[in-house]
Amino acid sequence: MEHKLKTPLSVQDIETLHVGDVVFLNGTIFTARDKAHALLRSKGSPVEMKGAALYHCGPLIGGQKVISAGPTTSGRMDRYTDFILDLGVGAIIGKGGLSGQPFRKKAVYLAYPGGCGAVAAKQLKIQEVHFKELGMAEALWEFEALDLGPMVVAIDSHGCDLYEEVRRSLENKSKPTRR
Amino acid sequence: MRRADVVEATVRVLREAETALPPWVQRLIEQAFELETNMVARSQLQLILQNIHIAQSESLSMCQDTGLLIFYVKIGRDLNIEFDLGEAITEGVRRATMEVPLRPNVVDPLSRKNSGDNTGVMLPDLIVDDVEGDSLCITAFPKGAGSENMSLVGMLNPADDPYEFILKSVAERAANACPPLFLGIGIGGTFDLAARLAKKALFNLPGDSKLELDLLGRINSLGIGPMGLGGDTTALGVRIEKASCHTASLPVAINFQCWAHRCASAVVR
Repeated sequence: MEHKLKTPLSVQDIETLHVGDVVFLNGTIFTARDKAHALLRSKGSPVEMKGAALYHCGPLIGGQKVISAGPTTSGRMDRYTDFILDLGVGAIIGKGGLSGQPFRKKAVYLAYPGGCGAVAAKQLKIQEVHFKELGMAEALWEFEALDLGPMVVAIDSHGCDLYEEVRRSLENKSKPTRR
Repeated sequence: MRRADVVEATVRVLREAETALPPWVQRLIEQAFELETNMVARSQLQLILQNIHIAQSESLSMCQDTGLLIFYVKIGRDLNIEFDLGEAITEGVRRATMEVPLRPNVVDPLSRKNSGDNTGVMLPDLIVDDVEGDSLCITAFPKGAGSENMSLVGMLNPADDPYEFILKSVAERAANACPPLFLGIGIGGTFDLAARLAKKALFNLPGDSKLELDLLGRINSLGIGPMGLGGDTTALGVRIEKASCHTASLPVAINFQCWAHRCASAVVR
């Protein structure tokens, strides 16, 4: 199923999403990666995180334009998931996945295809930059998303996790099969 | 040979590598898209192909991770170089960072302070071979951290099966490395030689020996799929480089590479 959503996300928005669904997102989103997560925890958030979409991304910016802005590996930020979701974040966008358990009854994980920075840049406009002292890749950028997608719901709020399904099928495979 | 020509060539190969994939890489992704049966996987491959098209036609970096800058430099034995080659390539990196532009990715490993220009201690990384002739061939390999972070060296017991080790490592790590992957594999040598062979294997992709194609088939039968979301396409190419090793050792190194196998070459005389 395909969904067009706008931030901030409501509880109802999050509940309608199931793994395998496709999402296009509009409205304000925030980037954060390694250093921004550490700073969010030590200093608090400079922006409203209730219903927010947090994008694991270190963009390439030129002047006032987004040049390339695909997702970074979410796994490095896995230790912060509980903290981030407790701020009220409704969707984490990234690649490679996170531990699924913290998302239950709270939020979704949206997978943007890794390496697709040129496409993503066309779907994002700079609004503001926070934590600028962290530098281009690590700062917390505030972007306007213009149909950001297609993103796949890879972890939903109902306890389903596509990465976990793939991992389980690897373990259960007595002999290799092709889907 | 003039220093300015080396600087110029460095900027040129970086711009090309960041914005346009080698045609054979693009063809492999197109073929994978045609054969892929999983719908989620198809959507991932379709956006990847769209991304390749936009990056190339508008000369934009295909990925925001413009990588750590690695150069494979082949120096002709009859060439007389009267300047510091490493310094000239470093100058090219500084210029490319401004002009392409590239994201500043290089930090001190402990203070994490960013140099701002993609240069640093021992970086850019130059891998140098001397060859016949009187020309210089510079190949740029921007290497993203997503795939590099998943790479590893295993010091196996000679009684272990190296292919089982490779399959197990790929199964555990592929999702974070932006599959469909290329894999550079170094078997034998020492701890560090195996790692360097694995990197060099990426320079010699795609592998087409029976061994390499068999391993590719076994990796794709895992079903990890593009971006780890499931599917038929987990890897696009595997290349194995071997070195002899100690009778008590079996080093195996795996250098993961994402679908964006970025590289471009220029010859300077």
